[in-house]
Order: sequence, then structure tokens, then C-alpha cells
Amino acid sequence: MSAAPDIVIVGAGIVGAACARECARAGLRVLVLDRGPIGGGTTAAGMGHIVVMDDSPAQFALTACSRRLWQELAPELPAAVEYDPCGTLWVAADEQEMAEVHRKAAFYRERGVRVEVLEGDDVAAAEPALRPGMAGGLRVVDDAVVYPPAAAQHLLESQENTRRIEVRPGVTVAAVNEDGGVTLADGTRVRAGLAVNAAGPWSPLLAPGLPVRKRKGHLVITDRHPGFVHHQIVELGYLKSAHAVTADSVAFNIQPRKTGQMLIGSSRQFGAEGTEINSDILDRMLRRAFEYLPGLGRLSAIRAWAGHRAATPDKLPLIGPSLVSDRIWLATGHEGLGITTSLVTGRLLADHVLGRAPAIPVEPYLPARLGKGATLHA
Amino acid sequence: MNSARLSFDLVVVGAGPGGLAAASVAAERGGSVALLDNSPWLGGQIWRGEQARPAVPRARQWIERFLASGARAVMQASVFASPDRGVLLAETPAGRLTVRFKQLILATGARELFLPFPGWTLPGVVGPGGLEAMVKAGWPVAGRRVVVAGSGPLLVAVADGLRRYGARIPLIAEQAPQVRLARFATGLWRYPEKLSQAVAMKARLLGIPYRAGIWPRRAEGRERVERVVLTDGKRSWTVECDLLACGWNLVPNTELPRLLGCALAGGFVRVDEFQRSSVAGVFCVGELTAIAGGDAALVQGQIAGLSAAGAAGAARELFAERWRWHRFGAALTRAFALRPELRALAGRETVVCRCEDVSREAVERCRDAREAKLHSRCGMGPCQGRICGAATQFLFGWESDSIRPPVFPVRVESLLTASEHSKPVSNLSDPTP
Amino acid sequence: MPERVELSVNGRALSVPWGTTVAAAVALAGETRFRRSVHGDARGPLCGMGICFECRLTINDEPHARSCLILCADGMEVRTDE
Ligand SMILES: Cc1cc2nc3c(=O)[nH]c(=O)nc-3n(C[C@H](O)[C@H](O)[C@H](O)COP(=O)(O)OP(=O)(O)OC[C@H]3O[C@@H](n4cnc5c(N)ncnc54)[C@H](O)[C@@H]3O)c2cc1C
Ligand SMILES: Cc1cc2nc3c(=O)[nH]c(=O)nc-3n(C[C@H](O)[C@H](O)[C@H](O)COP(=O)(O)OP(=O)(O)OC[C@H]3O[C@@H](n4cnc5c(N)ncnc54)[C@H](O)[C@@H]3O)c2cc1C
Ligand code: FES
Repeated sequence: MSAAPDIVIVGAGIVGAACARECARAGLRVLVLDRGPIGGGTTAAGMGHIVVMDDSPAQFALTACSRRLWQELAPELPAAVEYDPCGTLWVAADEQEMAEVHRKAAFYRERGVRVEVLEGDDVAAAEPALRPGMAGGLRVVDDAVVYPPAAAQHLLESQENTRRIEVRPGVTVAAVNEDGGVTLADGTRVRAGLAVNAAGPWSPLLAPGLPVRKRKGHLVITDRHPGFVHHQIVELGYLKSAHAVTADSVAFNIQPRKTGQMLIGSSRQFGAEGTEINSDILDRMLRRAFEYLPGLGRLSAIRAWAGHRAATPDKLPLIGPSLVSDRIWLATGHEGLGITTSLVTGRLLADHVLGRAPAIPVEPYLPARLGKGATLHA
Repeated sequence: MNSARLSFDLVVVGAGPGGLAAASVAAERGGSVALLDNSPWLGGQIWRGEQARPAVPRARQWIERFLASGARAVMQASVFASPDRGVLLAETPAGRLTVRFKQLILATGARELFLPFPGWTLPGVVGPGGLEAMVKAGWPVAGRRVVVAGSGPLLVAVADGLRRYGARIPLIAEQAPQVRLARFATGLWRYPEKLSQAVAMKARLLGIPYRAGIWPRRAEGRERVERVVLTDGKRSWTVECDLLACGWNLVPNTELPRLLGCALAGGFVRVDEFQRSSVAGVFCVGELTAIAGGDAALVQGQIAGLSAAGAAGAARELFAERWRWHRFGAALTRAFALRPELRALAGRETVVCRCEDVSREAVERCRDAREAKLHSRCGMGPCQGRICGAATQFLFGWESDSIRPPVFPVRVESLLTASEHSKPVSNLSDPTP
Repeated sequence: MPERVELSVNGRALSVPWGTTVAAAVALAGETRFRRSVHGDARGPLCGMGICFECRLTINDEPHARSCLILCADGMEVRTDE
């Protein structure tokens, strides 16, 4: 790239990659910097479940819109992205959870999301590995699974975009500047019209005071055991516990990979800065999974690891201009849904830059919503 | 799942010469000692099968000494994790084992280095050491033609062993040039035990063609190896065979010490004169610290075992002998250094990562081992880069990716840690991943 | 300890001396193909010491067993090429 780029993006994770793609498609020249390889941060540590969620209306709007963008993108994705529209199966262990299935079903149907309510026998038939006696479940038909690092690479390097996107892996950014440029660790200044902080859980290091905290999650991957489960299966059991945002917690969540491998989650911890395995949490996470899948313990595990979600106080990402400068954009704080919501994040950024009407109302995601303290010291 | 707990003053991992010596001398000085190994037999790689059918007098001596020492052998136990300081987890056929230790000696030895070349994935292309181990465990080679190739003193020893099981050896092809080997051989007078070994072997080997400066270019066959194309760099020719035993020196098994946080230097675990690693209470011996053979491992093992038992003085008396074997190891490494031509053996389509079938072309597009893993799947499989990582280190100079538990694949249930004092699962999480 | 062990390899009965590994038993049964690689190529043991995972096969319905490390036991059902 000879002249200064229109946009410099810090972070070649899935979010930075999606931002780069949308801006390039809009005709802008984009420079993407990452201290590591493409998709080597949280994007390499998560599950890659493309899922519609209904925790809040804003979360639903974001996930539903982004999932649609993934569906549109699917036909052009190379095999390495392992796009698999296997759907989500929310399992209900008892009648109380079954009531939640019906509530969710109604909510989704009203909004045009395809779902199927399964009774106990149907669940057993759909997933024979589940423990017998499940009350039922909700199948969200169009949810999918991807391999996120390859998805990030495709977003950055697909034919149509390579002309306008330059990716520089192995480059560490020391500061994001108010004039829309960045300063590299070696002191070099890179000029651009707009700087995007898409540094995931590390974004506060480039924007001190940003209310983004690391929320650790553990995963275990197995060898190839094709057909052990067929959907991404998630429990509804969390309803019964106090919905603690602060305490360490685990939930049953399993994902069949296109390779035939099983990816087992999940856990959440604040205040755990390292990525080492916490054996107590791993223990609880697996025990929970065994309650649902009694045969899971016999599968062969090949690796366990942990990564950090970028968590915000209200569980919604930060997408929009920072409070310090409108030439600094934030695209971070995607917590446990950044693979899903990456595409819509890129779209909202491009809509803003081009002055287009936004794909969905942006107010719930604007950094300004969290008040002045939020980005004051960037 | 079955789950048992054991606790010892000293735990030794690896039952080869280094581990046997360490466990024996430590147990003889009192204190509880356990020796863990993933194979069914004592002896490790070189002395495998000696427990059942003794042939090497020194192996028998050490195995008997170990059995009389009071140390406990825990066989078929694969150590795969260390969830806390002073705790190891191992998987056994009977279930999961939790082993507590005050001190730990790691003697996990080395594996063979395998380099990709066209046809190296065909059934029947095996490691020389691996083949010998399998033959001792019943693999039939009587009447089979086995070409032995690659590099290192192991080739001759293996060919000799295979012949005793009835194999026919058309050729031993050593990649190192003749001049370097000759220089090495003339230096052997310093090590009379090695000299006599070499001579004795040579005598028995009379009739086995041994050629230096020769290496395989490719293996061919339908669904199994049927012939190998050899080269001396100028011309190539074909040798028919039933098995191709090909390995290129040794690579230390540093996964467990790395998981425990032991610092490395030059690919080996860094140890002080008492074989202490950078992690308090953890010693490393044998190939983990230097490729210098079984004799070095025996001495290092004794030094570590004595140090762990508080007998620093006795340990010190062995320093001179260790120094001698280290010099021998250094000479060995120089003599059998790999030639650069070997980097060009693998073609663009040759598989480099055997677990995931990743070609050289796909791997070569990446800048380092981590990128190759994330974007080509090289190293993602069950061997977790043990084979392809050593190969890409030689081919491209890449350092291997980070170590995560389990260091060996285990049943998912073996990863449970709190089975005995398990708390009920309380606060559940967000439903989102 | 019994002198010999009876097992089956791909449905065929086989008797081997005690102390024989499953990998060796498969070779004794005349099989060279232990598993199919991700792309479907034939593979057999490489390292002989539990490192490479090329000797994986199915023992008593459990997949991914490293046959070079496992001793034959009476009644074992071994399946290759999966
Ligand atoms: C256990 C777990 C499970 C998950 N499961 C799912 C799921 O199923 N579905 C889903 O949608 N989401 C999931 N997520 C969340 C998802 O993985 C993340 O939200 C997403 O990857 C965030 O992408 P990102 O691009 O914002 O961050 P990252 O991928 O972390 O990218 C940030 C990049 O910035 C780079 N960087 C940081 N600082 C600097 C600097 N100073 N200079 C240069 N480069 C820098 C880093 O190297 C990194 O590559 C999960 C997360 C975890 C931890
Ligand atoms: C969907 C999915 C499927 C997967 N399947 C498999 C599989 O089948 N097999 C498998 O083995 N793995 C698999 N992985 C996991 C993957 O290989 C890694 O384990 C994962 O990316 C997490 O990395 P890590 O924590 O293990 O590595 P880390 O311990 O994070 O180390 C990674 C590298 O990053 C470097 N690094 C760490 N922190 C920094 C920093 N701050 N700045 C610069 N460099 C740093 C380290 O030096 C190291 O080289 C999968 C991942 C995903 C997302
Ligand atoms: S032959 Fe390598 S693991 Fe068995």
C-alpha cells in the first residue's frame, strides 16, 4: 500500500477481519495490523458457534442480523472454514426448562427465526447419546458452526478483497492516536483516516479505562468420533441457578466439528488473567457435560486450552466512535458471541463510514451508552 | 471410572536406563520411590524386552538391582498432566491414577526423528528403533527383507537385532559421509566399551552391506512399501523390500518437562550439575538433557537419584564419568549430523503432518509452527506435533507450539481431577459459549 | 500366566504368545493396513513406541487405541482399517 490507508485496524481476529472486509467492499483501503498471525487470539480459542440469542432485544437484533450475514456468506466459504449448518439443540431437562423452550419458541417464531419444539422422545431420537429422560428441546434450525481462524483468513484474503486489504501479521501496536493513526511498538507512526481498535480482550491496553474485562473460558477437543452428536447442544439448566455475572460458572455445551471431533465447553471466570488450565473449573465443566452425555467420558481427548472473552458490564459489545475522538472506533467487547456478531459489526462500521443507514439501530452498542468514565482516558 | 491415589517421596517417570538407575539408587537410600512408565516392561527403549528375555548383562544387573531396591514399579501408566504442584495424573488400563510426589525425576527419553519423503506414509515404513521394539513384542520379521536407513549408531544395532529374529537385511544406508564416520571411529579408543561393542557387531554383521553417504529418496508400493529408491546424491537405484526401517537420530521427549515449566536450552532441558531443572524439586536425566546414549543416562540417573536422596557427595563422584559420556555424545552428534539435502526430500505434495494429512505445500505457506497449526491443521492431531513438529523444526527451523494438557490423548473422563472430594455443581453459567 | 492368548482380528480367531502387542498380532494376522488417514490412505505403525498414533485401531469397540502399547488379552476383538 503506497498512500496512507483510509482505515487502520488493530487486530486480525474475526472482528477486525469482518471490519476490514466490509470497508474494502465499500471501496476503502484498509491496513490490518496484528502482533500474531491472522485469527490467533480469542478467535483461535473459542467455539465458533453461529447462534441467535435472546437475552435482550438488542442482543437478539445483533445476533439475528449477523447470522443472516453468515448465511449469505456461506456459499463462498472455502472448505477450510468448515461451515456446518448443524443447528442448535437447546435441551430441557425438566418441565420448568420445557416452559422456557416454549417461551423461546414463541419469541423466535414471532421474529421469523425457524425453530422446532421437540418432545422427550424426539430429543432422544435426534441425539441418542443424551441421557434418557430429557423433557424436550428446541431446535434452532439455521444456527451453524465455523472454524473461526480460517473464517477470519477468508474475510481478509478472499479474491475480491485482497486488492484493498493489506494485512501485516507480527506487528505490535503501542498506541491508537486521536488523529486516526497508530504508533507501532518500534515507534513508527502509521497515518490513516480512522483507527479501529479491534484488539479483543486486549483492547483496554490501547484504550485505558475501557470497561472491558477478561472472562476466561476453557475448552476440550477430542479425537475424531464422528456422529457422537449431531447438533451443537446447549443446556437450559442455567435458569435454575442465580444468574451470577461475577462468580465462576460452568454450563454444558458441545459442538460437533466437521472433522468428526467434539469440542466441549464451557466455563466462565473473571479475575483469571492467565491462559493456563484451571483443573477445578475443567473438572466441573466436564462433570456437567457427563450429566448430559454419559458416554462422553470414553471419548479420546487430545487437547484442553483456555482463552479470554472480552466482557462488558451490560453484555453487549462496544461498536462505534470512542468518547475520546471520533477518528477512533471501537469494535470490541463481543464476549462469548464475537464469532456470530463479527459480520454485523463490520457492516455497522462500514455503514457509519459511508454515511449509509445502519443495518440495525446502533444505539444499544455505542460506547457512549456506558457513560463518560467508559472511554474517557483512551 | 476407576481412580486411585498414590503418594511417594520421589517419583521417577521413564523406566529406561536413566529412570531405572535414578529410582534404584534413591530407593536404596530409603524413602518411598515409584517408577512410572507407559510400556508394559522395564527397560525403556534400549533395554526393552530385557525383563522377559535377558540378553544384555548390564540391563539384567540394573533391572535386578531395581527390583531389589524397594522402589515400586507402576507400568502401563501414561503421565499426561500435572494439575497442581507435586501432582501428576496418569492413565492406566485400570483407570486414572493420581500420583503425589515431593521430588520428581523425569527420564522420558527420546523418540526417533522422522523426516518426510515421498512414500514415508506407506505401511511398512517404520522407525528402526520402533521396529526393533515391535519385533521384541512379537512382530514377525523372519524371512522378510528389511532395508535399514537413515542415520545414527542405532541403525547397526537394530539391523543386528533384526537379523537375530530372522530378518534379511539387504542394506544399511547411513546418510552421514564415510569420512566423518571414519573420524568418529578412530576417536572410539577413548571409549573401549563402545569399541568392543562396535567390533563385536561388525563381526556378527559380516555379510550385511553397510554403506555411508546413502539415503532414501522415496518409498514405493501399493498400500504398503514394496521398494525403496536410494541415492548417493548423484545416482539413484531401487532396492526391493518388505519393510523400510528409516529414522534420523533422536529427538528428546520434552513435552512433560515443558508442561511442568522446565526451561530448555537448545532443544534440551537445561539442568545443573546435579541434574536439577529450573523447576524446584524436578530433575531431568538421559536424552532429555543431551543425546549421549544409555551409558550417559545411567550415570545421570544415578546422579539425580543420589542428589534427590540427599547424597550429594556420592553424586559428585560420578561427575567425571558423566563428562566422559557427554564428550562421547558430542562426538556422536557431530559424526551423524544430518545433511542439508534431506530438507529437499519432501515434494510439494508430500504429507508432512501425518495425523491430519497436511502437505508440505500447505505448511510452507505459513510463517511459524503456530500459524501452520491454526491455518493448515499441521500439528492439530492426536500426536500433537510430536512427529511433524520435529520435522518442521528440521525443515524450516520452526520452534514447536505451546504444550497443553493432556500431553498424551486420554479419555475425557481421565481429565477429571476432583473425583474423591467432588463438590456438587452449583452456579451454572450463561447459555452462550 | 497363561502361555498363549486368544483374540480376534477383523473377525478371524488368532492365538499369540503371551506378551504380544496388538500391533504385532495384527501383523501376524497378515494385515498391513491399521487405519485410514484423514484422506483415506492406508497407514500402519511408524514409531512403535506410542508417539505417532499411526497404529491406532479399534479394540472392543473403542476407537483410537494405540496398538503398539497394548498387550493382547483373551477375548479381545480387534478391528483395523476404520
Ligand atoms: C471459550 C470461548 C468460547 C467461545 N465460543 C464462541 C462461540 O461459540 N460463538 C461465538 O460467536 N463466539 C464465541 N466466543 C467468543 C469469540 O471467540 C470472541 O468474541 C471473538 O473471537 C472475538 O474476536 P476479536 O477479533 O474481537 O478478538 P481476537 O480474536 O482476540 O482478536 C484480537 C486480535 O488483536 C491482536 N492484538 C491485540 N493487541 C494488539 C496490539 N497491541 N498490537 C497488535 N495486535 C494486537 C491480537 O493478537 C488478536 O489477534 C468464545 C470465546 C471463548 C473464550
Ligand atoms: C474450533 C477450534 C478447533 C480446534 N481444534 C483443535 C484440534 O483439533 N487440535 C488441536 O491441537 N488444537 C485445536 N484447536 C486449538 C488450538 O490449537 C489452540 O490450542 C488454541 O488456539 C488455543 O491456543 P493455546 O492457548 O493452546 O496456545 P497458547 O498457549 O496461547 O500459545 C499460542 C502461541 O501464542 C503465543 N502467545 C501467547 N500469548 C501471546 C501474546 N500475548 N503475544 C504474542 N504471542 C503470544 C505463544 O508464544 C504461543 O506460541 C482448535 C481451536 C478451535 C478454535
Ligand atoms: S506405532 Fe506410533 S503410536 Fe503406535
